[in-house]
Amino acid sequence: MTTLDSSKEIQKNNSEVKETHEDFRMFGLITFLIADGMTFAGFFAAYLTYKAVNPLPDGAIYELELPIPTLNTILLLVSSATFHKAGKALLKDKNSDSQKWLFFTAFLGIIFLICQLFEYFHLPFGLTDNLFASTFYALTGFHGLHVTLGTLMILIIAWQSRINGGRLTSQNMFPLEAVELYWHFVDGIWVVLFIILYLL
Amino acid sequence: MTISIDPQKTNNESLQPKGWLRYFSFSLDHKVIGIQYLVCGFLFYLIGGTLASAIRIELASPMSDFMPRDVYNQVLTLHGTIMIFLWIVPVVNGAFGNYLIPFYVGARDMAFPRLNAVAFWLIPPSGLMLVASYFVEGAAQAGWTAYPPLSITTPQSGQIIWILSVLLLGGSSIFGGINFIATIIKLRRPGLKLMQLPMYCWAMLGTSLLVVLSTPVLAGTLILLSFDIIANTGFFNPVLGGNVVVYQHLFWFYSHPAVYIMVLPAFGLVSEILPVHARKPLFGYTTMVFSIMGIVVLGLVVWAHHMFTSGTPPWMRLFFTIATAFIAVPTGIKFFNWVATLWGGKISINSAMLFSCGFIINFVFGGITGVALAQVPFDIHVHDTYFVVAHFHYIVYGGTVFIIFSSIYHWFPKVTGKMLNEKLGILHFIITFIGFNLCFAPQHWLGLNGMPRRVAEYDPQFQFVNQISSLGALLMAISTIPFLINVFLSARNGKDAGDNPWNALTPEWLTSSPPPVENWEGEAPLVEEPYGYGKEIS
Repeated sequence: MTTLDSSKEIQKNNSEVKETHEDFRMFGLITFLIADGMTFAGFFAAYLTYKAVNPLPDGAIYELELPIPTLNTILLLVSSATFHKAGKALLKDKNSDSQKWLFFTAFLGIIFLICQLFEYFHLPFGLTDNLFASTFYALTGFHGLHVTLGTLMILIIAWQSRINGGRLTSQNMFPLEAVELYWHFVDGIWVVLFIILYLL
Repeated sequence: MTISIDPQKTNNESLQPKGWLRYFSFSLDHKVIGIQYLVCGFLFYLIGGTLASAIRIELASPMSDFMPRDVYNQVLTLHGTIMIFLWIVPVVNGAFGNYLIPFYVGARDMAFPRLNAVAFWLIPPSGLMLVASYFVEGAAQAGWTAYPPLSITTPQSGQIIWILSVLLLGGSSIFGGINFIATIIKLRRPGLKLMQLPMYCWAMLGTSLLVVLSTPVLAGTLILLSFDIIANTGFFNPVLGGNVVVYQHLFWFYSHPAVYIMVLPAFGLVSEILPVHARKPLFGYTTMVFSIMGIVVLGLVVWAHHMFTSGTPPWMRLFFTIATAFIAVPTGIKFFNWVATLWGGKISINSAMLFSCGFIINFVFGGITGVALAQVPFDIHVHDTYFVVAHFHYIVYGGTVFIIFSSIYHWFPKVTGKMLNEKLGILHFIITFIGFNLCFAPQHWLGLNGMPRRVAEYDPQFQFVNQISSLGALLMAISTIPFLINVFLSARNGKDAGDNPWNALTPEWLTSSPPPVENWEGEAPLVEEPYGYGKEIS
């Protein structure tokens, strides 16, 4: 429907004046994380309602032990700090330092996932044993999916922050900032999850 | 930090197909995506309408003779899902939002054009998947609400395909919502203030907030439901210790706001159309904005009024009744404003205006039955009867679909550069209005007398009224014919429209028709008074 002539004219117009606009990618990401947080909020609401309304049937086992999740909480909190270090290093153009911190963060993420799997294999209940068991696996599993995706993204930006030919530089911080925000979000969700599932 | 747009990168025309082929491409142009949404939605509307006709044919007689009972259940499930998730939500948000919002904020495109294209291209595959599920062991049978335990006990494959399809459509909706929020908040032309935006922007901002806040909850719920179906967990299965009411709470936490997701954009569109054809400024701009935001906030806290018969405790019933009744206040303000906009205006009776007025009449009726349904004693009497069906269709068909048609008549000249034929348009309106009211008004009576919904058979005493309703449905089906003829004939050899056939003041009319690829030749105009009619020239 658009005639070719008009689009050519615009091309001409545009090459004369280079237009700029504000960077709103972070704004979009925050909006997305709010949406993602609402998914967790739905799960938490379901879990708390079950806890209030549905008693555990006789003979059903639903017991959680604290050591592994506590270790996991520490792992994730430390990883948030190391990620922050990576950002600081990149801002000072120390790409190799930044890369080291990123790999260390990803390593912590992988340890977290291994611990989580270890816990799964040693729990006295399975997915379909009872309502609370199912909710436990659904919540931690959905969070674990987020950690997995986050770890993969950290590995990708660690690769991108290599010194020769990497696109992640102090001029182009957005990929790192975006993944960092996501990672802090996943950590925050874990803290809430830890309090609601394990401590309450 | 700012991003500079490299003209070589954004305008690489040689990579994009031209002519009608671009409507089948991964185009990043918001106008192309808007039309893609509209046409795709309309095709699904035809499918959903065919299913609706099948339902009304079946209900013309009290016995289940046109189709078996389980096929009837599948047909009504597909009808509801297609109409809501593939016709109304994508069209009233995606189609008009994508086409108009960048114009209204004075931008060249949406904030995230690629995300925008991804959001659209999630729709056709999920829609086809949903329709195709009918041919794999039959489609889902649990209605568009997919209440467990019904959705757990009916055949699995159809239900799982339904869930996957709704998850994809929900994802598309969330991506669209993020895009609209970023575009309206962040991509406004310098100098354009929020309170100078056309009302549709506010409506879309409110709608997108609802989408972003509530759709993820539905996604989570459906994931849990699919675990119940596939992995034999018991979240919502009472046999395994689960709780069906939790599903209802989570489902309606999305699906009540979903009604506003379907209706708020229509409120915005009608606020654009009425001032233009009445040649008067929109009455009460500020109250309109606050009532939209009021509806958004209240819309999030009224969901349990769908569940008054689900063993809801009295305090909860009280709270949700009051909250629901409160929604009538902002909605009422909007209706007074529209009537006041028309009051004393220089009204031109054309198809766009007629459909908008039809909307006002139908929606007031649907709104009043809505307030009635919010009252617990009345709701318990008519719960799950045809009264609810009638109320709902007065809102979404009499309300939103009327506005979709009104908007097509209003913006067709902008999109194609051709005028639609007014005589065919008025014929379309008359048949639709009579058919719609003939179809759904009698259903109030049916519901009050106790005819349950979603059942293929009914008490023979209801037969005559059901036949009247089916006659109305037939008229509604026929009404599509003059519309389609009109669109095809006018797109080919309609009267040339010129750039601004309605002498409207909103920004999209200040560019050529059809608009060029990046909307404006040169800088975007600053429109400070989108409704300043009757001020300069009178």
